[in-house]
Amino acid sequence: MPIAGGRWKGYIAVAAVLANGVVSSGIAIRALAGRVFEERFNAGPILGELSIGVDALSGWFILLTNFTLLTGIVYGIRYLRPYEGNHARLGSHYCCYILNHVAMLGIFSIRHMLGFLCAWEIMTLSAFLMVIFDHGKMEVVKAGVSFFIQAHLSFIFLTVAFIWVRAHTGSYDLAAVSSYLSGAHPALGFLLFLLFFAGFGIKAGFVPFHTWLPYAHPAAPAHISGIMSGVLIKLGIFGILRIILLARGGYLLIGYTILVVSIVSGVYGVILAIVQHNLKRLLAYHSIENIGIIGIGIGLGCIGLGLKNTWLAFAGFGGALLHTLNHALFKSLLFYAAGTVYQGTHTMDIERLGGLVKRLPHTAVLFLVGSLAICGLPPFNGFISEFLIYSGLFHGMAANLETSTILLLAAVAGLALIGGLAMLCFTKAFGIIFLGSERHPLPEPLKEDIPRLFPGYLTVALIVAIGLLPTFFLRLAAPAIDLFTSGPGGRMPAGGEQASGAVIPFMVTLQTISTCTVSLLLVALTVFLIKKKLATRPGVRSSTWGCGYVAPSARLQYTANSFVRPLRKLIRPLLMMNKSEGVIEGIFPPGPIRSDTHPYDKLEAVLIDRPLRMLRRFLGGFRFLQNGSIPAYVLYGVVFIVLILVAPILADAVTYLFGLFKQV
Amino acid sequence: MGILNYLLIAGASLVFPGIIIRTKSLLSGRKGPGIFQPLRDVWRLLRKGAVYSETTSFIFQIAPTVYFASVLMAIAMIPFGSRGGLISFPGDFVFFAYVLALGKFFMIIAALDTGSSFEGMGASREALYSLLAEPAFFILMGSFALLTGHTSFREIFGSLHFGSSISYAIGVLAAFVITLTALIENSRMPIDDPKTHLELTMVHEVMILDNSGFDLGLILQTGHLKFAMYGGLIANFFLTPGSELRYSIGIFLVIQGLFAVTIGVIESFMARFRMNHNPQYIFTLTSMSLLIFLGVLLLLGKIV
Repeated sequence: MPIAGGRWKGYIAVAAVLANGVVSSGIAIRALAGRVFEERFNAGPILGELSIGVDALSGWFILLTNFTLLTGIVYGIRYLRPYEGNHARLGSHYCCYILNHVAMLGIFSIRHMLGFLCAWEIMTLSAFLMVIFDHGKMEVVKAGVSFFIQAHLSFIFLTVAFIWVRAHTGSYDLAAVSSYLSGAHPALGFLLFLLFFAGFGIKAGFVPFHTWLPYAHPAAPAHISGIMSGVLIKLGIFGILRIILLARGGYLLIGYTILVVSIVSGVYGVILAIVQHNLKRLLAYHSIENIGIIGIGIGLGCIGLGLKNTWLAFAGFGGALLHTLNHALFKSLLFYAAGTVYQGTHTMDIERLGGLVKRLPHTAVLFLVGSLAICGLPPFNGFISEFLIYSGLFHGMAANLETSTILLLAAVAGLALIGGLAMLCFTKAFGIIFLGSERHPLPEPLKEDIPRLFPGYLTVALIVAIGLLPTFFLRLAAPAIDLFTSGPGGRMPAGGEQASGAVIPFMVTLQTISTCTVSLLLVALTVFLIKKKLATRPGVRSSTWGCGYVAPSARLQYTANSFVRPLRKLIRPLLMMNKSEGVIEGIFPPGPIRSDTHPYDKLEAVLIDRPLRMLRRFLGGFRFLQNGSIPAYVLYGVVFIVLILVAPILADAVTYLFGLFKQV
Repeated sequence: MGILNYLLIAGASLVFPGIIIRTKSLLSGRKGPGIFQPLRDVWRLLRKGAVYSETTSFIFQIAPTVYFASVLMAIAMIPFGSRGGLISFPGDFVFFAYVLALGKFFMIIAALDTGSSFEGMGASREALYSLLAEPAFFILMGSFALLTGHTSFREIFGSLHFGSSISYAIGVLAAFVITLTALIENSRMPIDDPKTHLELTMVHEVMILDNSGFDLGLILQTGHLKFAMYGGLIANFFLTPGSELRYSIGIFLVIQGLFAVTIGVIESFMARFRMNHNPQYIFTLTSMSLLIFLGVLLLLGKIV
């Protein structure tokens, strides 16, 4: 890689990712077909015996990772072409990309705690280096450091959790978690789960662990944002699912916890997404919302396990796994489209864009498909996974299960609200960026060449395929879902329904849905053809109706900010809007008057900024120590040495005194 | 059986707007146009040429078609008492809501496509109102799923037993919620005034300012279909299971007529709300459906 020319570096990276992908996909597909891959070997004196296993769950994640990383690198080499002269940067970037891919595959397959943590750390470091690709900009470095710190917070939680298990069982094998949990007190087990959940939740971006996401995604290059949002945060989901597989009992409590956190994440994420002006940050907040939807699925699945209801478990975990794939697809697609918009306009500020559908028609189509899919609208893939979760929730209510009905209803209302809010969010994003007329003069138009569009269209093909043929993909995921509903540990009691019993009605329903979506398309096509047939007179082109005003300017258009203003006013208590406005004076104000709004995350202000401020104030009290005079530093050294020398003597003296007192 | 229901709804959509207009004219002391006048208007529009704004793109051209198709698809889900609609599967009301949302999505972006400030305003309001109305519908359906133990339109309406006084109250409340939802979704009073002349106070009308010819006709007819669709949904609360077909059809037609007359009466005697009061009003729907949920819980003895 170091010796290759600029363009060749990219091709080598593609080849490496492809090779990696083909090998691991082979194993993954076999795992999904029922042949679990397992291997043990000696990995040197530190790690000891390392075991690697690819089951259906790993297989599912490996497949979606491979696909996303492949489209990501293909888009990436086109995206990075302007940097071709910069050999060192490109070389290290591609190296990190390959390393990241391998590390993620490792996370999916390594069954050894230390090995897992090593892979986790490699993944974090390489992702950090990729995020700060544009390290000349201050905010990029800041975002990178914020990502770095929070990723290591997650690392600390995981390390503590693993140390806990290791200390109690003496084994580094992941299965030790399971054996520990089967013996431990349920309260301790739940505490351990919370530790894991915090660790993996930071990576996944559950509220309130989400604050790194909206900084890291906009800072990274578009293809990196795509894979970060599409795959990297799913590592957290994978971790949580793995822990659930290892858990023994206590599912009901786990399920309720995940469900509540997820509903909050979903609604809060989309609300914050709506008020953003920066396109990539909007997409980043939207990832939090989708993680919430996936979490609702997982929570529902756990409740199903707890109540021994196979149908619920199947719908929940099935919806969650399918939505993980779906989100990886449409979110990476949206980020690629956003990258093209950025390179064509050199801005991500939604308010400065407009009318791009005429300059970037293909990108507009890609973004439209992504938007429709992310809103969960048929005939695209987002609908399928949301439908699975919905039907699980409704089935749970219809089955009239013990106490969980109110929570299930909250999840239903939350999902419905998220759907409506997502629609507002993406009509705003698509409508303002691509439609209307240009709000600001743009640099010369960008050419939409094939390398730029190919990854997007490939993703669209898969999105449409899932939307139209959901049964095929659900069948593909079924072995992974079965791990949860009827795992080798005999999760379901003997009297429970068989998992396959739950699959069949779902398949029938999804078959009906796919018929419906196809007929929807046919009806739309027919009506459109009728219209073409009837419209014998050619359409007249004229200007937009402006109440008779004949000199409209592009700045008269509705802005993104005004589009979401009614909602913003409604949910003001939840938001933090920093607003600055000029005062209009006189009938003819002299100059232009500005009005700026800067949305800020209220939770971040409370949970991150305030503790930081307090810490800074506390540590500021010690500032006098660092006064820059060398004699003072020498004095500190002397004091330190004296303390070290005196401390043991003092301690001895104290114990001696205590001994004396005891004798009295 | 489903096809009969479909035809009934389609047929009702032809006279529905005429009944509303007739009611309004009679109440204001005018004679008013014939019942088929709105239908004739649509027919006239369908054959006319169109004017497209230079700002618009392909979105503007396909949006009315998608809108129309989405409503046609949604109508197929509407049941006819216990007889079921054209399509019925567990969770069909989720598909129903989302397919309607698809049409709405396209209408909103088509409004933004014109680059007009007025239409952006209308689009913003439409998006907000529909998102506020969404949870109410889902909570309502969730409550019915809990009450009946089924998860499809047909089975839910087929097994709605009116046993106790609480279940009557629930039925009436639910019909009320659906009626209000229909008024919101169709942009009628008191949310929106279809007869207003000022763009600033419009919601739905302002979104379609730039549509003309075939597209406008399609949009108007879609509105009529949507009315009949919700009317059909309301009629389901009164179609007792097992009764003979001639009674069912009779009940269906009477309910549709009553629904149209009600809208006419409301529009004659009420003024439109102030724009910033609308969200609160729509949100009461959610609280009302929560009330239904509580009623169901009471009925099942889950809370005492």
